[in-house]
Amino acid sequence: MKIQVLLNGKKVEADINPNMMLLDFVRTQGMKSVKRGCDTGNCGLCTVWLDDKPVLSCSTLAARANGRRVTTLEGVQKEAEEFSVFLAKEGADQCGFCSPGFIMAVLALKRENPNPTAQEMKEYLAGNLCRCTGYQSQYRALVKYFGIEEEI
Amino acid sequence: MDKMKHRYVGQPIIKKDAKALLSGKPVYTDDLVPENTLTVKLKRSPHAFAKIKSIDVSKAMLVPGIETVLTYKDVPQNRFTLAGQTFPEPSPYDRLILDEYVRFVGDPVAIIAGKDEDCCLKAMKLVKVEYEVLEPILDLKQSLDNPILIHPEENYVAHDGQGTDQKRNLCASHDESEGDVESVLASCEYIVDEHYRIKAVNQAMMEPFTAYTSMDLYGRLLVQSATQIPFHVRRIVSHALNISKSQVRVVKPRIGGGFGAKQTAVCEVYPAIVTYLTGKPAHLTYTREECFISGSPRHEMEVHIRIGADKTGKFKAVDLYTLSNTGAYGEHGPTTVALSGTKSLSMYYGFEAHRFAYDVVYTNRLSAGAYRGYGATQGIFALESAVNELAHKMHMDPSVLREMNMVHEGNKFTHYYGETATSCALDRCVAKVKEMIDWDKKYPCYEVAPNKVRAVGMAMSMQGSGISNCDVGTVQLRLNDDGFYTLMLGCSDMGTGCDTILSQMAADCMGCDLDKIVVYGVDTDQSPYDSGSYASSTTYITGMAVVKTCEIMTKKIMKAASEILDIPKDNLTFDGERVFSIEDETIGITLADLVTKLQAGTGEILYAQASHTSPVSPPPFMAGAAEVEIDLETGKVTPIDYVACVDCGTVVNSNLARVQTEGGLVQGIGMALYEDVRYTEKGNMINRNFMQYKIPTRIDMGQVRVEFEESFEPSGPFGAKSIGEVVINTPAPAIADAVYNGTGLRFRTMPITAEKVFMGLKNK
Repeated sequence: MKIQVLLNGKKVEADINPNMMLLDFVRTQGMKSVKRGCDTGNCGLCTVWLDDKPVLSCSTLAARANGRRVTTLEGVQKEAEEFSVFLAKEGADQCGFCSPGFIMAVLALKRENPNPTAQEMKEYLAGNLCRCTGYQSQYRALVKYFGIEEEI
Repeated sequence: MDKMKHRYVGQPIIKKDAKALLSGKPVYTDDLVPENTLTVKLKRSPHAFAKIKSIDVSKAMLVPGIETVLTYKDVPQNRFTLAGQTFPEPSPYDRLILDEYVRFVGDPVAIIAGKDEDCCLKAMKLVKVEYEVLEPILDLKQSLDNPILIHPEENYVAHDGQGTDQKRNLCASHDESEGDVESVLASCEYIVDEHYRIKAVNQAMMEPFTAYTSMDLYGRLLVQSATQIPFHVRRIVSHALNISKSQVRVVKPRIGGGFGAKQTAVCEVYPAIVTYLTGKPAHLTYTREECFISGSPRHEMEVHIRIGADKTGKFKAVDLYTLSNTGAYGEHGPTTVALSGTKSLSMYYGFEAHRFAYDVVYTNRLSAGAYRGYGATQGIFALESAVNELAHKMHMDPSVLREMNMVHEGNKFTHYYGETATSCALDRCVAKVKEMIDWDKKYPCYEVAPNKVRAVGMAMSMQGSGISNCDVGTVQLRLNDDGFYTLMLGCSDMGTGCDTILSQMAADCMGCDLDKIVVYGVDTDQSPYDSGSYASSTTYITGMAVVKTCEIMTKKIMKAASEILDIPKDNLTFDGERVFSIEDETIGITLADLVTKLQAGTGEILYAQASHTSPVSPPPFMAGAAEVEIDLETGKVTPIDYVACVDCGTVVNSNLARVQTEGGLVQGIGMALYEDVRYTEKGNMINRNFMQYKIPTRIDMGQVRVEFEESFEPSGPFGAKSIGEVVINTPAPAIADAVYNGTGLRFRTMPITAEKVFMGLKNK
């Protein structure tokens, strides 16, 4: 089937298998930042935005993106850098494999709720797993990025 | 080298690859696979133990897009191991790429390669296999001397000195003691005699196992793989395919985490044989489910401890016996188990007698492998739990019992290759965590609500720094135009940041800006030999190779400058940017000008290389304390606060050392509370995805706080020891004791799920 997607601001037309997942679609379009970490929609590594809402691209059919906007980390480089500088300064990048999906979720939170409480922030991001950091350094980066003053 | 302030070592330097990783650049194996590469899938055994009676691939081969379908009849018949260890590997040679016997649910039966995943999956269904289903051994306690033989093959190769006995399902065995353990134990006032079990937990690194293979322009096999052990992969692939090592090249791109999982060549041989036989590029990435059912998890171990103390609490004797389950194959079987004794018993000093013995058995589970902590985790859970139990028996504060018996700097270790504690701040670490968690006030517990209690628990940990007299790190440094250096490394940065910390060391040794160090690793054709990034070796072993290499480079720079300036080199000094006369600073030459002259033919192009191996493996130490909240109505255990204090010698990068510690602690918390491994009666793994195998999320871990108490290790670079593994060992015993302190329930098998606590409280 044919789909037309506005991928990172550029119009993309493609002839795809109806069972193709959005994750595979964006990767075949060169958006390699989007990673697959599981088969069950549990890890958050494949997070992209569908019309500005974060979705798990591993469990979203590419066909559902037809006529809609899809954004990956490649499409929000400047906005992402504002946050990723904080991550880098904490050494919270580590292996980096979960970073793109995590950053997409963080930026989505920032747009939805620019001043979250620590608890709101943790709950919003709970679906983004990381095995290297134990989350504490990510937390330090997030607190600085969002300007959160409260104690944990 | 004295303890002093350095420009880069000790600082929170940003990782050199941070920008690429955080902007989502295509730097991992999967991102680099070209189009028109064959997809490889593995058909796996549904039986825990079976012999293939017949296998027919003819229908599968007819599926459009299928390139080849391989069975055990198509692969070389020489056995090998997938364990990434220095040759000759202690692990037995008990594997084939595909075997007539399948030994666990998930053991590969056929390799399918085709143009895409869809056609491979179609073909997979059409491979017809007839099995003679055999009775499996699923329980590690049933394996030794069972009439069922897991490895009946005649070409099995056991390596000397491991105590292997194929006919007894015995992968390895050992028994060593000092003093008369039985009679000293008999004289003890207090004895704890218990069994403790850690399951085969999964590393769950975010990037699954993945490899991509192709033939290069010289007709050699190029393997690009997410691996901790590029040089071992070169040898393993050559053994598996029965081809010359010169015909294999291994390249490691960025790795999405390893934690030991990728110290075994779990998936490389499958695409490798496809490419070798078809000449075409091939690519295999495991699904998350495959990472669970056919990965390389921790060795399940049951540790039996008998420890005795006199009436004052002084330890007198200990007997530690470990039964380890290596699963269907022996990867890391003979070696992981050794750490369960060496790296637990040696935290304590002054035993009159001690014994450490083990058996490692085969079962029809997936093969175990290396997971951060590597056996020490299992042994430390057992010993630290036993020490806590001993303290409770004596009505003594467990931290005080530790203070009485722990090892101190200068002590000869109880059971650690005859080594002495040359650097040890364990006493300061324990004191620090007590202060951090307010131990004296909170121990053992306090009520926060009518049905909620908060309790604390503590444990200590040690590990090694590399494998003594075995691990090798080599570094090459090249001096380039404008005086920048290329630092060629053979060790694998898997997110740990070793490319960065080794660059920090090089910059400090050469007295240059960090930006002047360009780092590269790993390509077996270009990088200098390194055993690989495992056994907590990289900072300590490869770091020392950096120091040695820089010393050679400095000498070469001085010599070249001396010739050009025509001044004896003893009258010259080098400040990192310029070589000049001690007598008259105005006479000299900048490094940039020196290189310009050398590159124009006045002298030789400068490079330096050194390798390092260490006769000792100085342990890092740490103490950890947990505060948990227990809901007495539901049994739920919630981590509130975890504090840790680490002695890793000199901290090389204060950010990365901290993040290593925090990450290890949360993996430990996962093992203690959430990560369960269960099987059906037929040996089928139940917890095979992140829906069922629960690693901690950011709302499951509480708060983690880390401090450092530095010691100075004279044999390490800048006084550094290791950090990567020691950090995972304390949460299980500390949390288990916190749960005891809050409920009176003792858990000796991890994880401590709410269900178990609830049932325990109900049956109390």
